[in-house]
Amino acid sequence: MIEIKQLSKKYKGTDIFSVSDLDLCISEKDIFGLLGPNGAGKTTLISLLCSLIKPTSGSFVINGLTYKKNKNQLKQLIGIVPQEYALYPTLTAFENLMYFGSMYGLKGNKLKLKIKAALQTLGLSQFSNKKINTFSGGMKRRINLIASILHNPKVLFLDEPTVGVDVQSKNVIINYLKELNEKGTTIIYTSHHLNEAEAFCTKVAIIDHGRIITQGPPKSLISDQKNANNLEDVFLALTGHALRDHA
Amino acid sequence: MRKLLASTYKEFLLLTRDIGGIAILFIMPLVLIVTITIIQDSTFKSVSETKIPILLVDNDKGSVSETIIKGLKESNIFEVIKIAIEEDAKNLVFKGKNQLAIVIPENLSSDLEKKINQNVEGILDRFGLDEDEVENQPKEIFTAKEVKLYFDPATQFSFKNSVKNEVDKMISKIETQSIYNAFQKQITDDPSEIVFETENFISFKEILPKNKDENIIPNSVQHNVPAWTLFAIFFIIVPLSINIVKEKSQGTFVRLRTNPVSYLTVLGGKTVIYLIVCLIQFVLMLLIGIYLFPAIGLPTLNVSGKFSLLFLVAIFAGLAAIGLGLLLGTIAKTQEQSAPFGATFVVILAALGGVWVPVFIMPEFMQTLSKISPMNWGLNAFYDVFLRNSSLLEIVPEITLLFLFFIITTLIAIVYNEKKNAV
Repeated sequence: MIEIKQLSKKYKGTDIFSVSDLDLCISEKDIFGLLGPNGAGKTTLISLLCSLIKPTSGSFVINGLTYKKNKNQLKQLIGIVPQEYALYPTLTAFENLMYFGSMYGLKGNKLKLKIKAALQTLGLSQFSNKKINTFSGGMKRRINLIASILHNPKVLFLDEPTVGVDVQSKNVIINYLKELNEKGTTIIYTSHHLNEAEAFCTKVAIIDHGRIITQGPPKSLISDQKNANNLEDVFLALTGHALRDHA
Repeated sequence: MRKLLASTYKEFLLLTRDIGGIAILFIMPLVLIVTITIIQDSTFKSVSETKIPILLVDNDKGSVSETIIKGLKESNIFEVIKIAIEEDAKNLVFKGKNQLAIVIPENLSSDLEKKINQNVEGILDRFGLDEDEVENQPKEIFTAKEVKLYFDPATQFSFKNSVKNEVDKMISKIETQSIYNAFQKQITDDPSEIVFETENFISFKEILPKNKDENIIPNSVQHNVPAWTLFAIFFIIVPLSINIVKEKSQGTFVRLRTNPVSYLTVLGGKTVIYLIVCLIQFVLMLLIGIYLFPAIGLPTLNVSGKFSLLFLVAIFAGLAAIGLGLLLGTIAKTQEQSAPFGATFVVILAALGGVWVPVFIMPEFMQTLSKISPMNWGLNAFYDVFLRNSSLLEIVPEITLLFLFFIITTLIAIVYNEKKNAV
């Protein structure tokens, strides 16, 4: 489904690679978690896969397609939920979703029904005509998610989709993502919530310094690591306890 | 096409949700045009209505000073206030209490008369016509007289020049008249006998362009409305560039970049809405000129038979301004970059375009620069229609340049965006 070969990214003005010679295969219908400390290269990897930034070297294919040859096809195939809200604050939830849906070529009643159904599932029906700048963080996260799935993407990239939301919103989002996955959407997501990833992901990869340290189903990783009771133990054992502050 | 319509509708919603922004977009240009026109019109009117107080120190108290005072009064520009001491007048002017003081030197009339008489006698003597010929009479030597002018240091150069010209003209006239008088006295003893025709032989007459046998008389409104309308239209680059930078900072551009939609479509939506804004601004300004100006004592803006051409110029001027806004918004990274740069750049373009100072009086280098200013093309097109009674064919070069400017700036914006985000 997604095949990444020797992918590297070095930003201008830096000496270090944010993603370095990374090889990875993600199968169809996986819920794949990209885990790692701050600055490990998770967001850079997602940005590369969504064509938001240019790789320094290496390549990848998604469903056999590349951005160089099949840009529009690929864009129609994927969805991205960015870490920032990426919504127009002065437009209502419905207006935002109508606009972003129409950018995928969706229109008319079909689009309206899709929006209504998604708002219903994520508990936002009664806020459909409220402006985004009146929403809480959790509500914005849910609208941010809906804006990315209206066109039924085959692959959905999510960059920290549950950051800064309450437990209730988080549960609604995770359940909705599971539902999407059951319907055939491959999910690739980054998170700092290791318990959430352990329960949610079918596979995870732990990234540090732009490289994959380990990957596999969460349960296998836990059993393979000495004295590890959960994914957090595995994570700390592999990435260390040192702070990763950087500017 | 559907994506373009959706983008246009989104821009419409974004714009209409910002009521304060809309008010500024539409009201401020109207306030600007009313303020500027009132000020400009009062400058025109000052020639006939408002009088500038002028201090006059008359140390001569003779026929010349009388003629100068009479001339100043008759000019209808100045109100003459007599002051006895030169030092007082100087202090008042240099402290900014008055703009100007004129000091007429002592014995100006008598010395001028004596000097002219001496010259005239000398001339007549050479021709052997002087009846009171006195051989070898020593000539009296006269030192040149100075009429002193004191200006408030804050006085503008153009005002200084016009006053100097006016005084110079009066003095020349007095000198000429005195020469004629001296000859008259020498030639005839009868003061009622007219020896010389002293009326000006050369005069000038301004020939105005005509529209259906009617003279097109330019006034402050006909000059100001096109210039400041264009200025306001170009100010659209500030909100437009901020709109684009905002999309980048709030993350919606990131989302759009992952969507199957071209940058051209995104910019197209903005172009349509902001062009409509420009045209509404333009129509409002015309309405102000037609209906509000006469109500507040300003000349009426005459657009009869010209509206369609004016509207056409406004469309292309609006497009040129939008192209610049799209480019600035694409390149700028923050609102702190786009807003001050946009505002300052519009002022520079206006200056180059001849909105404040006519292009023909600019230095040669600036005149050349002016030729590549879109505001100059727009202003010329507006003046062609408003003041020169031009046809569509005659404004084609200017509107073509404006359109090309829009195409080129938009293309640069698209290419820049593609290059920056190429994968």
